[in-house]
Amino acid sequence: MAERFPSSEPVSGDSRQGDYRHSRVVGASVPRREDPRLLAGRGRFVDDIALPGMLHAQFVRSSEAFAEIVSVDLSEVRAVPGVVAAYAAADLDLRDITALLDRPAHEFVPTAMPVLARDTVRYVGEPIAIVVATDPYAAEDGVEAAVVEYAPREPVVSDLGALAEGAPLVHPEAPRNTLVDVSLFATEGIDALFEAAHTVVEVHTKTGRQNALPLETRGVVADWDDRDEQLRVQTCTQVPHQVRTVLAACVGLAEKQVRVTVPDMGGGFGQKCVVGREEIVAAAAALRLRRPVKWIEDRRDALTAAFLAREQRYAVRAAFSETGEILALDADVVCDMGAYSCYPFTAGIEPLMASAEMPSVYTVPAYRVRGRAVTTNKAPTAPYRGVSRPQYVMVMERVMEKAARALGLDPLEVRRRNLITVFPYTGVNAITYDPGSYRESLDLCEQTLRDEGWFDRRSDGVIGIGFACFSERTGYGSGAFAQRRMQVVPGFDLSEIRMDLDGTVSVTTGTLSHGQSHETTMAQIVADRLGIPYDRVKIVQGDTDRITYGWGSFASRSITIGGSAVAAASVKLGDQLREIAAHLLGGDPAAAVLEDGGVRLEDGRLSFPEIADVAYLRSHLLPKGVGPGLAATASFDVAGDGTFSNATHGVVVELDPGTGGVEILRYVCVEDCGVAIHPQVVEGQARGGIAQGIAGALFEVVRYDDAGQPLAPSFMEYKVPTAAEIPDVRIEHLETPCAFTENGAKGAGEGGTIGAPAAVLNAINDALRHTGVELDDTPIPREAIFRALEAS
Amino acid sequence: MKPAAFEYHRARTPAGAVGLLTELGDDAKIIAGGQSLVAMMNFRLARPEHLVDITHVDSLRGIAVSEGEIRIGALTTHREVEKAGLGVLSAAMRWVGHLPIRTRGTVGGSIAHADATAEWCLLAVLFDARIVVEGPSGVREIRASEFFLGPFTTALGPDELITALVFPSPPPRAALTEYADRRGDFALVAAAVDLDADRVVLGGVGAVPTLVSGKWCSGTTYRARAAAAAGSLELRDEPGISAHYRRGLVRTLVERAYEEAANG
Ligand SMILES: Cc1cc2nc3c(=O)[nH]c(=O)nc-3n(C[C@H](O)[C@H](O)[C@H](O)COP(=O)(O)OP(=O)(O)OC[C@H]3O[C@@H](n4cnc5c(N)ncnc54)[C@H](O)[C@@H]3O)c2cc1C
Repeated sequence: MAERFPSSEPVSGDSRQGDYRHSRVVGASVPRREDPRLLAGRGRFVDDIALPGMLHAQFVRSSEAFAEIVSVDLSEVRAVPGVVAAYAAADLDLRDITALLDRPAHEFVPTAMPVLARDTVRYVGEPIAIVVATDPYAAEDGVEAAVVEYAPREPVVSDLGALAEGAPLVHPEAPRNTLVDVSLFATEGIDALFEAAHTVVEVHTKTGRQNALPLETRGVVADWDDRDEQLRVQTCTQVPHQVRTVLAACVGLAEKQVRVTVPDMGGGFGQKCVVGREEIVAAAAALRLRRPVKWIEDRRDALTAAFLAREQRYAVRAAFSETGEILALDADVVCDMGAYSCYPFTAGIEPLMASAEMPSVYTVPAYRVRGRAVTTNKAPTAPYRGVSRPQYVMVMERVMEKAARALGLDPLEVRRRNLITVFPYTGVNAITYDPGSYRESLDLCEQTLRDEGWFDRRSDGVIGIGFACFSERTGYGSGAFAQRRMQVVPGFDLSEIRMDLDGTVSVTTGTLSHGQSHETTMAQIVADRLGIPYDRVKIVQGDTDRITYGWGSFASRSITIGGSAVAAASVKLGDQLREIAAHLLGGDPAAAVLEDGGVRLEDGRLSFPEIADVAYLRSHLLPKGVGPGLAATASFDVAGDGTFSNATHGVVVELDPGTGGVEILRYVCVEDCGVAIHPQVVEGQARGGIAQGIAGALFEVVRYDDAGQPLAPSFMEYKVPTAAEIPDVRIEHLETPCAFTENGAKGAGEGGTIGAPAAVLNAINDALRHTGVELDDTPIPREAIFRALEAS
Repeated sequence: MKPAAFEYHRARTPAGAVGLLTELGDDAKIIAGGQSLVAMMNFRLARPEHLVDITHVDSLRGIAVSEGEIRIGALTTHREVEKAGLGVLSAAMRWVGHLPIRTRGTVGGSIAHADATAEWCLLAVLFDARIVVEGPSGVREIRASEFFLGPFTTALGPDELITALVFPSPPPRAALTEYADRRGDFALVAAAVDLDADRVVLGGVGAVPTLVSGKWCSGTTYRARAAAAAGSLELRDEPGISAHYRRGLVRTLVERAYEEAANG
């Protein structure tokens, strides 16, 4: 295969600089290494794994939103044909999961999440007992036979209900049901700025609770291996090492006795970057039974009992000058985090993100923010692609639109007056933004839609055009996460690289692909650094035994941090190769060049297999001080505030006044993620993200009734958009290379999701502008559009 | 989302299917395309102890067009009708779910399932189709106007099998249109109009397909007729959708159905 694709260009002795411009594989949309198996249906996902004697698990789940558990009777369950075992909390005695922030008690209240509910259930769907049977059907029969007696309590089903005076307490230790309450910024004199301002606009918005909805639901296969004395856990997680640590602690094993591996994954989107409860219980059952146990989350449980996200309420004021410059921003953010704090991020994930980064791409001189996480009797939340950014970007873009309306200015002009254009820029939120193409992406996006003629088709009540300008902080290093004051601080990545006898390379990464093509993109990076074709490189990921430590993949960190670690390890290996070759050929290692699968010096050339032959099989020929073997380890961390990708999205919608229906006619995304390692992969990320963003703007919401019952247990009610609802997206690339990642790359995982809600909302409001109605909540009810147009 | 245990039976003839239903009693259910029944079984909302598979009963398949009538066998799929060039009957099929569902779901299954917004139920009532039914005591025909009794409730006996639907031929000038936020979903409101008979049938405004003709004089504009149809309904606010909005949808969709019927 390799011959068909560009092999890398020579890498100079100065390869540590990582000058991407001299490389050829990085930047090329080469065929994906994953494709042959995935496209032929030969991938191996958790549910494809079958072990001899494997049992199947399902969970007895709470039917109540909030109740004391009076009794759990599993005797009938155990009598169901096919059922092998059934365990409630008391039977397994698993340690609770507690996620912590290093913050004072008035800012953060720690709460424990029992792995199986013990005395209290806090949401419908909370796991109470596991049923293990010879097949999944019998497991469900067993679940039906469980008898749980509840003493129901009045549930808390909304953020406002949670904060209300005298509301029942979901966790007795959290007054006012508030788990996090932080005021990160309050510029002195901000009230005076509002008083003196020419114009003050307000945005009040509530965004719907959403499910990240990976196509592959959660799942695990666990078994005890006597030979290795290990609990082997194959699970679709984004964070295998964190799962290992928590699992080991919960079941009382040493870390070396737990091996977490990750097979092919059908998406995660954040829902799988926290440690779930079911995989721990299933593993504990396998340990107890000494038989393999599989649990595959079914879609009903995935829709009702998996981690959710995004239900937020904003009350925001922004002060503007007469000419449209933003003078001050004042925000109150309340996030409904559901019943428990997720590990390791805690319930602070959404309010902290919103509070820290809300000023977005604009030069906001004064800023005050209060961010809260409240707990309610709903399924708990986890990060979801974009984490709060889809929401605060929507708020900021509505702020710009409203200011433009109030001042009688063009909304794009108002944005231009406020966009950050001088870099690096340190904001009022104490974050330093590295260079981006904020202004250029807006200009190109606008021009593209103009050239396509959409501005001529704008018409009241029918066709509207909306924009969203945003950035996306990617490559959060340990410094950036430490600012969150998590007790578990993600950030760095480690990579170990090895060259074998035939010159092929294996390299580990602590990140892991759950659909993002790392087997290809990481291999491209290594290939360029060493001067070999990318299919000579094997990526090792998702295995706690083979990888020293990793933080997994989330927050668009894989290429920026993982890719940099892989590059750094490659450079070290390249140095070894050069040193050995220089010794064997006689010459200066600094003058040695890695190219075409070998090392070239003035006086000759050695291929990598020839060098490996010496390194492994004739090590007596190695230079003094150089040990045998060809291997290296490197780590990478981002010292500063991370690197910001940016984009502008432009959307054209058509409204149907007769029904309130919305059709997206055109979608243009101008994105800048620095050096795109594999442009097609970047586009795939953008497209998928945009679909999820559109879903949030127009379709998906998890509602609960007053009793806390979830109202969307199937795809009939949870309206994930289909291909028919998602438009073709035109993607244009700009490239502002990052100065401090090894490849000039910035993250590209989340941007699509971040921009779409704002752009769609703005487009709809553009079409409604003559009505005076403004719609700021998502998902936008079609009835609201219908009524706005009916009245006009 | 795994069904409770059931026993599988395969019928080869209509009489064989009826025989199995009679023999197995109340706990037996017919399965045709399975596009409604299997979902209900997976949620354990339906838990038949016996399934009688009729998909091997070949005589229930196919469309016969003769003088004055179109006879559609119960096992004919939505997709087969869609491709058959049967005027409004074919055109309406684009509203039924998505292509994979249309290639499995059957006409008889839709009628028996009796969702109040199902396209087949609306079409049957619009043309007062004859629903041909075979039971232990032989074959009988039920008019669509007498078939749908309530939500998911019909005049079909527990041991009866739908064998065919009979529609007038050639299909009159008629149209069906509907609205849902997402394509392929069951309609929020659906409207079917027979232009010549001036009949309107609505889905999504009551427990069964609702016939609202005769409440206005023909000759007025389509818009006026649509407004009259909308005005004639008793609707209530429901969570997430007000009576006002639903009425508005009726007004829009009836007018559009009239226009589509008139303009083809
Ligand atoms: C995602 C999705 C979207 C859908 N959207 C729509 C839509 O927009 N509009 C729509 O109308 N439908 C829709 N459907 C339903 C689909 O049209 C079904 O095919 C149809 O409702 C039932 O037909 P079936 O052959 O699949 O019946 P089955 O599911 O096999 O059976 C349904 C019921 O009918 C009974 N039955 C079946 N055949 C007979 C018979 N010959 N005699 C007596 N009883 C019988 C069964 O016992 C059962 O009670 C959708 C389905 C899905 C999964």
